[in-house]
Amino acid sequence: MSLLVVCDHDRGSLADASLEALTFAHPLARAAGLEMAAVVIGEGAEIAGQGLGAYGAHIVHTASHPLLTDFGPEAWGETVAQLMISTGASALLACGTDRGNEVVAQAAARLDLPFVANCRSVDPTGDQWSMTRVQWGGSLLEDIDLTAEIRLMTVAHHAVEAKVAEAPAAGSLVSFSPELGEETVHTVVADRVVLTKGVTLSTAPVVVGGGRGVGSAEAFAPLEELAAELNGVVGCSRAVTNNGWRPHSDQVGQTGTRIAPDIYIASGISGAIQHWVGAMAAKNILAINTDSEANMVSRAGHAVIGDLHQVIPAITQEIRRRKG
Amino acid sequence: MRILVCVKRVPAPGARINVTADGQTVDAAHLGFTTSPHEECAVEEAVQLTEAHGGEVTVMTLGPVEAEEQLRYAASVGAHNFVLIPISEVDWDPQRTATALFEAIVAIEETDGAFDLVLFGNESADSGGFQVGVRVANHLGRPIVNGIKGIDLDGENVEGFASARREIDGGFEVYQVPLPAVFGVKEGINLPRYPTMKGRLASKKAVVVTDQRTVEVGGQLRLRLHRPVEQITETVILGTGPEAAPAVVDLLEELGVLS
Ligand SMILES: Cc1cc2nc3c(=O)[nH]c(=O)nc-3n(C[C@H](O)[C@H](O)[C@H](O)COP(=O)(O)OP(=O)(O)OC[C@H]3O[C@@H](n4cnc5c(N)ncnc54)[C@H](O)[C@@H]3O)c2cc1C
Ligand SMILES: Nc1ncnc2c1ncn2[C@@H]1O[C@H](COP(=O)(O)O)[C@@H](O)[C@H]1O
Repeated sequence: MSLLVVCDHDRGSLADASLEALTFAHPLARAAGLEMAAVVIGEGAEIAGQGLGAYGAHIVHTASHPLLTDFGPEAWGETVAQLMISTGASALLACGTDRGNEVVAQAAARLDLPFVANCRSVDPTGDQWSMTRVQWGGSLLEDIDLTAEIRLMTVAHHAVEAKVAEAPAAGSLVSFSPELGEETVHTVVADRVVLTKGVTLSTAPVVVGGGRGVGSAEAFAPLEELAAELNGVVGCSRAVTNNGWRPHSDQVGQTGTRIAPDIYIASGISGAIQHWVGAMAAKNILAINTDSEANMVSRAGHAVIGDLHQVIPAITQEIRRRKG
Repeated sequence: MRILVCVKRVPAPGARINVTADGQTVDAAHLGFTTSPHEECAVEEAVQLTEAHGGEVTVMTLGPVEAEEQLRYAASVGAHNFVLIPISEVDWDPQRTATALFEAIVAIEETDGAFDLVLFGNESADSGGFQVGVRVANHLGRPIVNGIKGIDLDGENVEGFASARREIDGGFEVYQVPLPAVFGVKEGINLPRYPTMKGRLASKKAVVVTDQRTVEVGGQLRLRLHRPVEQITETVILGTGPEAAPAVVDLLEELGVLS
């Protein structure tokens, strides 16, 4: 009996999220008395599947088919479902990235089984497995009982840090050829467009955030200036995107981007829980707000109480003065 | 173009989320309710598509009878037909929800013909199961892609196909999907409009059809909700107004972000 871990990759280079999935799955498999296997799908699977033994995978299934080149949610979900049946796997796990959740949802729909998304912990010792999963993008947790012979789940992204297993397993590559019809490849990537290279909101070391308190699209100019001085980027709240002041790609939060900079300067942002879940991974937070009671102020490590329209330019000026 | 959008009513918490004493749901005593954001954008997308190509938008929700409020909101921003699947529990599990939505869709399609497009949110804002749309599409035997941030019906498309853009790190992937199709869309696909005065009046007259469904529970049983433990930090106030700038820059220096 096995626990199968879906490993994601991009034409041969394995996604870090998949190593998290293996790291989470390994002790779980042991507690459940299952052997851990992995599956890697599509072109480049043999390359991406190398070295998964170090993470405790006994067998690494590499699935290939002429119709499986790039990612396609239905083709991947169907492949996983077929592999589950042919190997008699009793559990399935992936990392809860957009792709991971989509592939497991596809497999679950095809197998008509429940699927528990974004778990933080799983207890497999009872008749029913119990899990704690994430709701509201991480603001709330839900304890659930899962009634099913075959358990399908994802682990919340970043819930664990990837690390190799204490004792490596064989990690033998075994190839698998699913039977796929044309209808499962209605949804495969037809084209890819790369828009940005370099620093993005999710990877920037400094983010200067603005909320409703900024007041208009034009009033973001001083925030841009400060961000430029710090080699950072500008972020914003949903109030800002809803007003059309900034594009949605700048939005931080539950339905925007999750940031993890060295410092997040959050100005004119009240700190609603849905904004906070996107910002809380920042190593330091400086809130600038006229309201000393604002949630962003009480949750931040540092704060300036005042009008951002005065405070931000003053900071930029002071930086320039010191740079000389 | 006939488009169906499935939306969920969710509470709109502010600074923190409180849970009811029985742990079953979010304590919404002092909160308003809203349409889950991805789905608000799905409604806007559907309305824009029918404005460009003609046709009608139907909005469906499964929830308490109060979810009629979210259907009327959809009416105020241009949707045409409204279906409420009433439930008496606080929420249904994802399998149960998907089956009910599927059955209600089939009931409409049996008399009026198939929807060209069915739109879902990428995930619901509250429970975030990442699956209801996928399950419904699978029951319907139609293709689905999630994470969609652009739908295009003209351009270089072959008749009967839609191209859909999905966000990836620093760019997007394009999918060519035959209609009828299902998409899970994400906030950012468009900027939802605000209701106009005329829209508000229309929403008062909108007819909401109720479709009661009896469906077995699925395998995922909610025991309780709780808040994650939070690290409480003392806030260091660096100062008031622009005079605080030197203290801020000291901090930036200390953190090594001043290059
Ligand atoms: C399901 C769901 C998902 C959501 N997802 C997101 C998300 O991804 N991201 C997100 O940001 N929000 C999200 N929201 C919205 C969120 O609940 C808040 O409404 C939003 O974050 C508020 O934005 P804000 O802080 O800019 O505005 P407000 O709450 O209006 O706060 C403005 C702040 O600016 C301060 N201020 C005003 N003038 C000045 C000045 N001159 N100088 C300094 N300070 C000033 C005020 O004191 C106040 O604290 C979501 C909501 C829901 C229901
Ligand atoms: N109760 C509901 N009523 C209508 N649509 C729903 C409901 N629950 C979920 N959905 C739809 O399914 C999508 C995915 O939901 P979920 O699987 O809960 O993340 C949502 O974005 C909605 O479009």
